[in-house]
Amino acid sequence: MLPAAVRAYVNPFFDRETAMRDSMQTALSDYTDSLRRIAAMVGRYSYVMRGSWPRLAELVYWPAVNMLMWGFVQTYIGQKAGYFAQAGGTFIGAMLLWDILFRGQLGFSISFLEETWSRNLANLLISPLRPVELAIAMMIMSLIRLAIGIVPVSIVANVVFGFNVYGMGIALAAFFMNLILTSWAVGILVSGAILRNGLGAESLAWTVMTLFMPLACVFYPVAVLPSWLQTAAWMLPPTYVFEGMRALLIDHQFRADLMIEAFALNLVLFIVGATGFAKLMDAARRNGTLLQTGE
Amino acid sequence: MTQPAIAAERLVKLYQGRPAVDGISFTLPADSLTGLLGGNGAGKTTTIAMIMGLLTPTSGEVRVLGADMQRERFRALKHMNFVSPYIDLPMRLTVRQNLMVFGRLYCVDDLADRIGVLAREFDIHDLLDRPTGRLSSGQKTRVSLAKALINQPKVLLLDEPTASLDPDTADWVRARLERYRSESGATILLASHNMNEVERLCERVIIMKKGQIEDDGTPARLLQRYGRLTLEEVFLDVARGSSGIREPVL
Repeated sequence: MLPAAVRAYVNPFFDRETAMRDSMQTALSDYTDSLRRIAAMVGRYSYVMRGSWPRLAELVYWPAVNMLMWGFVQTYIGQKAGYFAQAGGTFIGAMLLWDILFRGQLGFSISFLEETWSRNLANLLISPLRPVELAIAMMIMSLIRLAIGIVPVSIVANVVFGFNVYGMGIALAAFFMNLILTSWAVGILVSGAILRNGLGAESLAWTVMTLFMPLACVFYPVAVLPSWLQTAAWMLPPTYVFEGMRALLIDHQFRADLMIEAFALNLVLFIVGATGFAKLMDAARRNGTLLQTGE
Repeated sequence: MTQPAIAAERLVKLYQGRPAVDGISFTLPADSLTGLLGGNGAGKTTTIAMIMGLLTPTSGEVRVLGADMQRERFRALKHMNFVSPYIDLPMRLTVRQNLMVFGRLYCVDDLADRIGVLAREFDIHDLLDRPTGRLSSGQKTRVSLAKALINQPKVLLLDEPTASLDPDTADWVRARLERYRSESGATILLASHNMNEVERLCERVIIMKKGQIEDDGTPARLLQRYGRLTLEEVFLDVARGSSGIREPVL
């Protein structure tokens, strides 16, 4: 047994060490619990997806139809015009990248809509599930849905039209990262609108991304737009991606500068989306719409 | 002094300037079963929504297990749960899948064992692998209660848990709630229109009218105060404002 004077001197160090160990254990336990809750939500959406083959088929159906249609358009024009013959795969590439943007947001928003359709949102909001955990689970589901939809279609594009999207290499990773970030930022904002306004805002989930389509210059260069619209177009991160794709496929040049600018804009968009979601959630808590969401 | 399980302090909720809840205060001690009575629009569901943190009070404060539900709700939510016929479980999921999802959300250890216990307790063993959407009202209520008890909550909020149930199933549900309370020492707040239910289960009754607490006491005390034989008669007196507090009739 240590003398009292020595104990008094030494104890604070042990107390501090114990407190630090306890707080680290608490943080680790919180982190593990958080992962369990995210896994629970991913499991929940996977159960729904696995239990419905029409939903699974739908994930592939539209991307496949789009890719085939634009693929044949490109083949036809390519036979008639020299420029398009050089620009091999720009339409198919644009369609595949557009589907990443469109289906990424839809995959995110559909997970959220599942909760409102099934009147389950209040059950989740009174559980220990944090909004950020729900958002991460929806991001994971958006990636899973995209993989189910896009991977088979990209293989068909290679077999039928000889367009190998994976041949873009590292550029494809940059394109994908920027497009998926945009889709999630928009998805988060749409989810906030549904929280605030109920299913009256559901149509936003299906249509909001089409607002991007003409301005993001999916199938044509930004230079085609009137100059006043070009300014608006360059405010959208996907515009940089589609310009970057054309630079890669036509000029065989990877424009890292465009990808960095897109990433910076995406960060801003993501912050706007997250802040908007938090504000809309607060408004929903004030207005009492959280208990009323449903069909 | 022991900390109350639920403490509401001068709670106000205004919708477009009109009060849905108008300055109510009450505390519920741990290990208690309290009924919240009131007609349509009395403010029961609004009160429960504020207790759960689903609704932001215009002013006032709610604490559950010591946690301020506006600022630190996640500290309390893992120890709470809720049943309402107006909230569903995902219908495409089987009962087992739903219980697995909510068990994981509440980080329940030994989840398979817990689901087994609840399946026996609520007689839902044969329903576990059926889609939740294909169950009858009574079966859905039993599954909702199983979900509500998956985390063995210290605070359980029930909004008309036996609405639309036949008398036999409703009685069965009440017996399960009584047993859970006696075994767990949980605090239960029950909002109901069913006076027999409140009379049978609750040791305390809070009666709300137009967003305010009109009366608060034990069922026996309320019967005595209003000179009535049943809580239904007391409720009608309060709801219609047809009679003031009477002298005890004995």
